[in-house]
Amino acid sequence: MIHMEYYLIISTIMMFVGIYGFVTRRNLLAMLISVELILNSVDINFVVFNRFLFPGQLEGFFFTLFAIGISAAETAVAIAIIINIYRNIRNIEVRNLRKMKW
Amino acid sequence: MDYTSIFTLMRAEVTLTAILVLLFLYDLLAGERARRHFTAVASLLLALQAVATAFPAASGELFGGMFHYEPMHAVVKSLLTVGAMIVCLQADGWLRDAETRHKQGEFYILTLSTLLGMYFMIGAGHFLMFFIGLELASVPMACLVAFDKYRNYSAEAGAKYILCALFSSGLMLYGISFLYGTTGTLYFDDMASRIDGSPLEIMALVFFFAGLGFKISLVPFHLWTADAYQGAPTAVTSYLSVVSKGAAAFVLFTTLVKVFAPMVEEWQTVLWIVTVLSITVANLFALRQHDLKRFMAFSSISQAGYIMLAVIGGSSVGMTSLVFYVLVYMAANLAVFGVLSTVEQHSGGRVCLEDYNGFYRTNPRLAVLMTLGLFSLAGIPPFAGFFSKFFVFAAAFRSGFYVLVFIALLNTVISLYYYLLIVKAMYITPSETPIATFRTDRYTRISLALCTAGVLLLGLVSAVYDGINALAYGL
Repeated sequence: MIHMEYYLIISTIMMFVGIYGFVTRRNLLAMLISVELILNSVDINFVVFNRFLFPGQLEGFFFTLFAIGISAAETAVAIAIIINIYRNIRNIEVRNLRKMKW
Repeated sequence: MDYTSIFTLMRAEVTLTAILVLLFLYDLLAGERARRHFTAVASLLLALQAVATAFPAASGELFGGMFHYEPMHAVVKSLLTVGAMIVCLQADGWLRDAETRHKQGEFYILTLSTLLGMYFMIGAGHFLMFFIGLELASVPMACLVAFDKYRNYSAEAGAKYILCALFSSGLMLYGISFLYGTTGTLYFDDMASRIDGSPLEIMALVFFFAGLGFKISLVPFHLWTADAYQGAPTAVTSYLSVVSKGAAAFVLFTTLVKVFAPMVEEWQTVLWIVTVLSITVANLFALRQHDLKRFMAFSSISQAGYIMLAVIGGSSVGMTSLVFYVLVYMAANLAVFGVLSTVEQHSGGRVCLEDYNGFYRTNPRLAVLMTLGLFSLAGIPPFAGFFSKFFVFAAAFRSGFYVLVFIALLNTVISLYYYLLIVKAMYITPSETPIATFRTDRYTRISLALCTAGVLLLGLVSAVYDGINALAYGL
């Protein structure tokens, strides 16, 4: 059987790759994908903790289900806003979003 | 389970959902003439809802402890509804524009959805409920920020807001997942007894705090605030700065005090640093702003820092002073934003500090109202802001945070300087092209009257503070 640690290593890597990507990417869609990585690492965490540490209960699984649903809704809104930006400035590069600074 | 208790304990949520459905149907079915009274209908319903919510019932819980009801929640919820109502009144002029007229219904529905989310966040007794409430409060909020979709500013602000909101909720969930891993439960009550302050839990606390810090826009996590505030439509900015922030601050208090009670040392240290940073950095950045919406953004960050002074003690006095501070802050900030948005409406979008030169000569009444609001924000007696600041300082002082209170006091002096910059522009600095004299519409006048009454009376009528104090609970 695969030990819990391996899953946790994967999820931790996903989490910090996501944070790194969010900070360094210069394209709104790439930033959104990085955030999705963070949210997915959280889902893995919940499922793994539930499966290995508290096998008798279902709280972690349910949390994951809800988290997936809600993050889908968030992504839909984010993409709608990004499309709106594209319509306004024909571009979704972060460096062009500089109307407001400091 | 006894289903009748849903209507007593979840009274606020049930009535707000009913109003949501009603307004949706009104938007769908009402004719052109009836739609002219949309604001009146919406605000009246909200006012009724606030009154119906305000009377506290006995505390209890629903759904096996997932939803909690305390008398204090009733007060906070009805406070938030009043804030939303005032925002709706002030938004009327903007919503009558040719560009936004057809979207009036959407504005109310989105606003009330976020309000419903805040209700669930406040009433949550389980992290799942808390998370759903938080997301319900922040996803429609992104739509509101990007509401003026043909203006570049609004779209840009919306993108910045939604990405930061997503990122922060990701961080928070990561923290919650480790809390679940170490304690095996997600119920607030059970978790409080199983937390022992192990290093993993400290990490979880930090992630969780970072997530909520984004929502309240405390300093290391405040970078989205100024842009979102400047780019959003002014009505939405005032909603963001007052209602959304007040709800998040209250929730931060309850979660820290209830769930993280065994780790009180750790979160007090974190909060100490964050409070000092918030107040100081925000004050210094506010000094160099010329756009007043951006200026108010930094002002609201430093006000959030002052609210954290009430949280840090974790006492029931702290809770009272927090709710009182939010109430007073709401009155003062909405007065300022009311003037800002009506001036923006009538002058073709002028929101800079220089535009307000000579404002007193052309619109003396609005200038006086704005001055009252600014004085209250700065904490000058005898306005309500002085008393709310005093109670917050007293709460922190009583818990032994002497240095913190001293730093905060120094910062009030700095904040006084930049609030008075606006007053100086309005009264003293002459201008070639002042904002022309105009008459405000009656909805704005009602809202400004409410806010001014709040600024003048809340501090002097001690029954308000005593009433809140009677319901408070703490560590």
